[in-house]
Amino acid sequence: MAMINRVLAAVLLCAAPLFAQAAGGGACGQVPCQHPDIDLGDEESLQRGAKLFVDYCLSCHGASYQRYNRTGRDIGLSEDELVSDYMHITDKPGQLMKVAMAAEDAERWFGINVPDLSLVARSRGADWVYTYLISFYKDESRPFGVNNGVFKDVGMPHVLWDLQGLKAAQKTTVGEGDDAAKVIEELDTVRAGSMSDEEFEAAMSDLTNFLVYLAEPAKMVRTQVGMFVILFLIVFTVLAYFLKKEYWKDIH
Amino acid sequence: MKNTLNSVLVWVDDRFPLTQLWNDHLAKYYAPKNFNFWYYFGSLALLVLINQIVTGIWLTMNYKPNAELAFASVEYIMRDVNWGWLLRYMHSTGASLFFVVVYLHMFRGVLYGSYKKPRELIWLLGMGIYIVLMAEAFMGYLLPWGQMSYWGAQVIISLFGAIPVIGEELALWIRGDYVVSDATLNRFFALHVIALPLVLLGLVMAHIIALHEVGSNNPDGINIKKNKDENGIPKDGIPFHPYYTVKDLIGVGVFLIIASLIIFFAPEMGGYFLEHANFVPADPLKTPEHIAPLWYFTPFYAILRAVPDKFLGVVAMGLAIVMFVLLPWLDRSPVRSMRYKGIISKVALGLFVVAFLVLCWLGMQAPTPAKTILARVFSIIYFAYFLLMPFYTRMERTKPVPERVTWQ
Repeated sequence: MAMINRVLAAVLLCAAPLFAQAAGGGACGQVPCQHPDIDLGDEESLQRGAKLFVDYCLSCHGASYQRYNRTGRDIGLSEDELVSDYMHITDKPGQLMKVAMAAEDAERWFGINVPDLSLVARSRGADWVYTYLISFYKDESRPFGVNNGVFKDVGMPHVLWDLQGLKAAQKTTVGEGDDAAKVIEELDTVRAGSMSDEEFEAAMSDLTNFLVYLAEPAKMVRTQVGMFVILFLIVFTVLAYFLKKEYWKDIH
Repeated sequence: MKNTLNSVLVWVDDRFPLTQLWNDHLAKYYAPKNFNFWYYFGSLALLVLINQIVTGIWLTMNYKPNAELAFASVEYIMRDVNWGWLLRYMHSTGASLFFVVVYLHMFRGVLYGSYKKPRELIWLLGMGIYIVLMAEAFMGYLLPWGQMSYWGAQVIISLFGAIPVIGEELALWIRGDYVVSDATLNRFFALHVIALPLVLLGLVMAHIIALHEVGSNNPDGINIKKNKDENGIPKDGIPFHPYYTVKDLIGVGVFLIIASLIIFFAPEMGGYFLEHANFVPADPLKTPEHIAPLWYFTPFYAILRAVPDKFLGVVAMGLAIVMFVLLPWLDRSPVRSMRYKGIISKVALGLFVVAFLVLCWLGMQAPTPAKTILARVFSIIYFAYFLLMPFYTRMERTKPVPERVTWQ
C-alpha cells in the first residue's frame, strides 16, 4: 500500500503543474481575465445569448458545424419561435448555421477570413471570450476606430457599440527602459450606449454562456449520463468485490 | 439441453482445439497466487485495446479522411451522430489511458524483474507493442485535423529530416508531400485504422502466448514451477479462471469509474487529453505559438530538446527507447524482484521514476534556459539508470529469496 501511495503521489505531482498551466494566468492579453456566469441549465440565459448571437455575430461569423433545429431543441425554443426570431437568412430549421457574408467579401472588408465561432469557447476558453467582448476601446489609429484589450489590433469593429457605448482606455506605463510596456488600467465610458455597464456585462455573460453551449452541445447531457454510468459502475464494482471474496476464500 | 451443448462441444473439439485453448490459457493456466495491485494493468491494457478497436470502428463509419472535410466530420460526429460524442471521448480518453496502463504495466515488469530469463522474449514483444502503440497514437492524432494535429505531425516528421544524407528524402517519403497535407492524412488514416492495429493484435497475441509458455512472474520473482504437488500443479499456483478473472473484474470496475469521470466530466482533461488548440482547424499558414506533443510522448520530447544538436537529439530520443529494450541484458542481479535487490537498485529505480515524471512535465513546457538545464540533468539520470545497471546490480548485496511465495 505504501508503494501505491508513493506512486500515486508521484503521478499527482506530475499532473499538478498541468492543471495550473492549463488554467493559465495572463491569458487575456493586456487586461485581466473576467469570469462570466456559465450555467447551461439556465435556458433563459441561453436564449438571450442565442438572440444576441444571431442578431449581432452570425452575419459575419458562422457557426457552421451546428444546426438551427438542434440549437432550438437544446435551449428550449419551439420551431415557430426559432424560425421567426432566430433565423434571418434561411427558413429551413435543419440547416447548418452558416455565415451570411461571402468569404471573398470578408477578405475585402476585414483583411482576413473571419473565423467560425462554433468552437471558440473551447479553443479560447469562456473567460477569454467574455473578457474580449467587454474590452473594446476607442483607438482612432485603427481602421474601425476601436481596438481590443484582449486581442490587440483585432480586425473586428465594435459591433455591439450601440449597446455598450464607447470606452476609452486609461493606460499606464509599467517597467523601465527596454522593459517598459503600456498596460490598460481601466476603461472609461466616453459615450453611453443603450445599456448600463451592468446590463451589458450580463448580456455578454449570456452570449458567452451560449457560445459555451455552442462549442459542445453534448455538454447538456453528458454529465447526467455520466452520473448514471458511474452509479452503475459503483454497484458493479461492489458486486465484483464480494464475488472475488467468495471465490478466494478457499485460497490459503 | 446440456447434452446438446456437450455434443456440440465434442463436435467442435474434434475439429478445433477449443477446450484445449480454454484450459491452456484460462482454466488450467496456473498463475502465482500472490499477484498484487500492479498485476491489474495487463488485463486493463487488453480492455483498452478492445475499447479502441470497437469505438474506432464506429468513428470510422462517420469520419472523412480528407483535408477539406476531416475537421468538420469530427464535429459532425460530436453533434449529429447519435452518441457520437461518447464514441469520440471514449476513443480519445482511451488513447491516453492506454499509455497510463502500459506505463504502469512496464513499471511492474521493472519492479519485479519480469523481463529476466526466461521472459526476455515476452519483454521484447511488449516493447514492440509499446513502439507500435506510439506510432498508432501519433498517426491517430493527425486525424481530427486541428492545429495541434497538423503542427505536431509537422514537427515529428521533420525529425526524420535530421538524419544525415537520406533524412530529407525520408521525411518527404513519409509525408508524401513537401508539407503535411491531404496525402499525409490519407496514409496516416490507412496506417491508423488497419495496418498498425493488425500488427498490434498480432504482437499482443504473441506476448500472451509467450507468457503462458513460460508462466507468469510474481512479486517475489521466484519460479513457482519448482514446487509442484503430486498432480504436477504448482503449489503456489491457482487457475487463472476463475480466480484472476473475478479479481480482474474489480480492477475493471475501478478503472472504468476513473475513465468515466474523465469521459463524462472532463473529456479535455484540462487540455492534456484534448489540446485546446486542436479545436481550431489545421492552418498550414499559421504556426501555433507553442507546439507540444501529447503527454505520453513528452519525456522523449524533453530528451530530444535537451541535446543541442538536432540529429544527436533524435539519436538520444531513439536510444531512450532502446534502453528499455535492452533491460533483460542490463540487469545482472541474481534476483528478479525489487523486494530482494539491494539498496542501490531501489534508489536507482526511485530516481528513474522521478526523472521520467520530471521529463514528462518539461516536455510540455516552452523551453527556457533553466528548464533546458533541468532537462539535461534528468536526461543524464534517465540514461545513467540503464547504463550503470550492469555494475550496480552485480555489486550490491541482495537479500535471500524465499522458497515459496509470500502471501498475506
